[in-house]
Amino acid sequence: MLLFNSKKGKKEQGKLTIPEGLWIKCISCNEIIYKKELERNLDVCPKCNYHFRISAQRRAGIIFDEGSFKRLFEDIFPEDILSFSDTKKYKDRLKEDSEKTGLVESVISGEGLIDNIRVACSIFDFNFMGGSMGRVAGEKVAKTFEYATMERMPVIIFASSGGARMQEGIFSLMQMAETVAMISEYKKISLPYISVLSDPTMGGVSASFASLGDIIIAEPKALIGFAGPRVIEKTIHQNLPEGFQRSEFLLEHGMIDMIVERKDIKNTLRDLLSILINE
Amino acid sequence: MAFQYLDFEKPIIELEQRIEELKTFNLSNVANVGDEIKNLELKRNRLVKDIFEKINNWEITQLSRHPLRPYTMDYIELITDDFIELHGDRGFMDDKSIIGGFCFLKDGETGKRQKVLIIGHQKGRNTKDKMCRNFGMPHPEGYRKAQRLFKLADRYKIPIVSLVDTPGAYPGIGAEERGQAEAIATTIDVLLNVSVPVVSIIIGEGGSGGALALAAGNRVLMMEYSTYSVISPEGCASILYKDTSKTEEAANSLKITARDLFGLKVIDEIISEPLGGAHKNKAEAASNLKNSIIGNLEDLARKDGESLRTDRINKFRNF
Ligand SMILES: [Zn+2]
Repeated sequence: MLLFNSKKGKKEQGKLTIPEGLWIKCISCNEIIYKKELERNLDVCPKCNYHFRISAQRRAGIIFDEGSFKRLFEDIFPEDILSFSDTKKYKDRLKEDSEKTGLVESVISGEGLIDNIRVACSIFDFNFMGGSMGRVAGEKVAKTFEYATMERMPVIIFASSGGARMQEGIFSLMQMAETVAMISEYKKISLPYISVLSDPTMGGVSASFASLGDIIIAEPKALIGFAGPRVIEKTIHQNLPEGFQRSEFLLEHGMIDMIVERKDIKNTLRDLLSILINE
Repeated sequence: MAFQYLDFEKPIIELEQRIEELKTFNLSNVANVGDEIKNLELKRNRLVKDIFEKINNWEITQLSRHPLRPYTMDYIELITDDFIELHGDRGFMDDKSIIGGFCFLKDGETGKRQKVLIIGHQKGRNTKDKMCRNFGMPHPEGYRKAQRLFKLADRYKIPIVSLVDTPGAYPGIGAEERGQAEAIATTIDVLLNVSVPVVSIIIGEGGSGGALALAAGNRVLMMEYSTYSVISPEGCASILYKDTSKTEEAANSLKITARDLFGLKVIDEIISEPLGGAHKNKAEAASNLKNSIIGNLEDLARKDGESLRTDRINKFRNF
């Protein structure tokens, strides 16, 4: 169900394609942007407002009060249960992406403060195997909800994922049920779960925890859906309309509560939490 | 937008225009012009009082639909802080004829910041806006959005305030295909069964089932010049009297005004409007509304979740 194989992904997915240097090309409007300026602008194109895919660490830095983010559940590591191999061994892919990103999985979990409000959180990193959800990623999301239920904290999940991880087969599929199971337990307590969707949120991730937020927020123009656009086009033999499966399309179709720019996301989360947490 | 008034408001408007003219001429504060202005203002106030003392049900019906009457969003702006609007039914579309979100009611006398879910029908002001809001007539998705938000408020233990202002649920093909009747029925069911206080206020038009879906509260209040009815006077005239010229007569027989319904014990309270109607002084109308909401929520806060629920069930059981 992973809808972007990483080879094609590399060609299309912005940051990964750009050679190291001082300048970077926006994949949405082709503007050449000074890298430092892009960074200052929270990795949002100053010309067309395209929200670049950012690393999980960077997102934690944007969201949480300085120095307040503590990682949790770091003692579980992905395994190659199926001894899976396509054009490359799964083991090798894990190793490569680990070296590339400094992560051991596509998700980091933990807790932190947003304007002094304590929250539990998981953040997906698209740079690690397309943010795909295997056993460990699913486990980390599930544990985030379990931990929040125990500690009585709100939950925020930042999704950015092509979907379930094919290399772990049926175990990846089962993560959809596992994460949903933990959310339904969590929802017995009176605290909010806020789901934040960034480009892209697809397949087994959008069809499980990501769509179950009490409040669902999306970054502008993010691709969000179940089936990937190429799969749909091949199936129906038609070109898809402009803006199909983008955040603005989802808002119009009732699937999300709001679209929030990266620069406003922390304040929006704070405002929501301070109203919805009822002490 | 300058000349939007009802027939019976015409003499008032004419006096007001003369007062305005004199005021703009009298920049240098000539004393006898000032006196003339005062005279006219007294005359205007007497006239308004006369007209509104004798106001009939058909005129009230027109007032409830007045093009300048405050709508849900106007009240939200005037009585709440930090309103965060939430969108969508998570299924088909975001219905803009029902809006809702969490917020704080502006401080009451106690100084306590009261959290509420506020949700209501929304009409449009200009042509484009009216289309966008579908004239305040929801599709099933509007009701399903309401259900979703009611359930959230219930889980977070945040009281619900619903503002009713609709000619009715939208009669259309898509609406029927997607289960308009089911959507309204389930919304009533969800609202009746939450464990938090629910205060419902008819602020303008309370058109039939499309209105009731948001009005199954522990307390049901009406703004002084709002209406609440099983059918519009026009609809009643054409169906029962088989004569649309009987609309005024139908309005009077149907008992649809706040005073009528308070007398019939269908509603719990009438919220008074400023002289000449809510549109004449939106701030005053909003302040009356807010005080009434706060008062009712304070009463209801003394009850636990289960008694709030059973009270609601019993309230509607007894019709
Ligand atoms: Zn750009």
